[in-house]
Amino acid sequence: MTAYLKLDHIDKVFTRGAATTEVLKDINLTIEKGEYVSIIGHSGCGKSTLLNIIAGLTGATTGGVLLENREVNSPGPDRAVVFQNHSLLPWLTVYENVRLGVDKVFAKTKSRAERDAWVMHNLNLVQMAHARDKRPSEISGGMKQRVGIARALAMEPKVLLLDEPFGALDALTRAHLQDSVMALHQKLGNTILMITHDVDEAVLLSDRIVMMTNGPSARIGEVLEVPLARPRKRLELATNATYLRCRQRVLEFLYERHRFVEAA
Amino acid sequence: MNMTVTKIEVETATPAATAAPVVALTPKRPPRAEAYARMARETAVRVIPPLVVIALLTLVWELVCRRAGSALPPPSKVFADTRELIFDPFFDHGGIDKGLFWHLSASLQRVAFGYSLSAIAGIALGVLVGQSVWAMRGLDPLFQVLRTIPPLAWLPLSLAAFRDGQPSAIFVIFITSIWPIIINTAVGIRNIPQDYRNVAAVVQLNPLEFFAKIMIPAAAPYIFTGLRIGIGLSWLAIVAAEMLIGGVGIGFFIWDAWNSSHISEIILALFYVGIVGFVLDRLIAGLGKVVTRGTAQN
Repeated sequence: MTAYLKLDHIDKVFTRGAATTEVLKDINLTIEKGEYVSIIGHSGCGKSTLLNIIAGLTGATTGGVLLENREVNSPGPDRAVVFQNHSLLPWLTVYENVRLGVDKVFAKTKSRAERDAWVMHNLNLVQMAHARDKRPSEISGGMKQRVGIARALAMEPKVLLLDEPFGALDALTRAHLQDSVMALHQKLGNTILMITHDVDEAVLLSDRIVMMTNGPSARIGEVLEVPLARPRKRLELATNATYLRCRQRVLEFLYERHRFVEAA
Repeated sequence: MNMTVTKIEVETATPAATAAPVVALTPKRPPRAEAYARMARETAVRVIPPLVVIALLTLVWELVCRRAGSALPPPSKVFADTRELIFDPFFDHGGIDKGLFWHLSASLQRVAFGYSLSAIAGIALGVLVGQSVWAMRGLDPLFQVLRTIPPLAWLPLSLAAFRDGQPSAIFVIFITSIWPIIINTAVGIRNIPQDYRNVAAVVQLNPLEFFAKIMIPAAAPYIFTGLRIGIGLSWLAIVAAEMLIGGVGIGFFIWDAWNSSHISEIILALFYVGIVGFVLDRLIAGLGKVVTRGTAQN
């Protein structure tokens, strides 16, 4: 297995005054190029912290992240993030939001016209070209998240990091957007790491599902391969035996072996 | 096409009686006359109450001050006394014997100068204090003490330092209006959502780009709150400062009128001071609305 992205013995300890909390313990994971990996776990298990460490937004206490065998410990466009709450800049239009990243990443390699075309190309990929001059406050939640995806894709990241990208959306919009992400993954072959707490979403989209134990000191409890052929169709899978078995497996892990315990 | 088939099946399944009471919507036509009438009504609702109140207050004032021996002139006398000043604001007889336009414009020039300086310095210091914890720890206590000093208390000191009325007045405006600008800008910078900082980090904006593309737009609503308080304070300060430094200016005009017992002229000047202050406030508020369009809605 060729390690494209490698998480090497990552520990994360938060220190507040005299109190220290170990959030993540000994996280090891290798991800291949073009793979779609989901990380699932109960809330508070540190999965978002893990994503922030990979993105370089937070530092690991020990251990590190290797991307193509080089350590990465600061944020960069090679690991573009689609944030949970879209995080579009409200004073910029849809186009300008995407353009912001494009201008930085391709400052030297693309001309003005090429960058403009590239922004429009990426907006087209997520079917948002029609709203190029709208501001984020003028479009729906699902559309904002589409623009967030376009912004990340437009930076041509080596790894696309999705931080519960569909969490804030209603069920119908979520399904629609999941299909879009699947289609994009199929078409562009990106390496994607997604944080989620939705079992169906994880099974539907991923090649592998990484299940985290409950925090504090969350570890990787189990890694499940999802041997479903692509392209996957939501409706057909609803009765597919493999799909149901995978789903069952994740549910068992989350609700039997590592049931979420309210902090007393 | 499939969809219509399904729909028909469903409809036939329901009893026909339920379909009967469906009322066709009357098409909405936009009657222009009605729209105008509504606009007129809305304007009237906003304009008539203040007009009525002003008329009543003027009437009361007239009745109270009309009696012989009253200390203040009634509105009718104010108008009669100051008619010349009202209708000819542009005369210039040399020295300080000028029309009200010249006095107001001299005051406004001082405000424009002092306020611009304080806006630039205030935003810069506010960004520093908002961005750096150490700058905040060092400077914030100082700001909190200095901002409570009344504007006029600075005047003797600045006269001693500058040895001239003009720069002293400008300094007083500067020092009066800078504090709310600093404090509000700092709060705005501190309140920039972590999400925006993360976006900037992923995109790898350099500090200058971060300042121009994230920091200033994100903090703009706060900055404009500070600027708006600041313009109000500087207009308060200029009138008081001019009373003391003399020369051309609406503040000294009032003081001069008092010394010559022209009470009607004082009242007229107060009226103008109020109007100009109101316009300045609206100006900054309007500018803020244009600049922060988008940011504030989120």
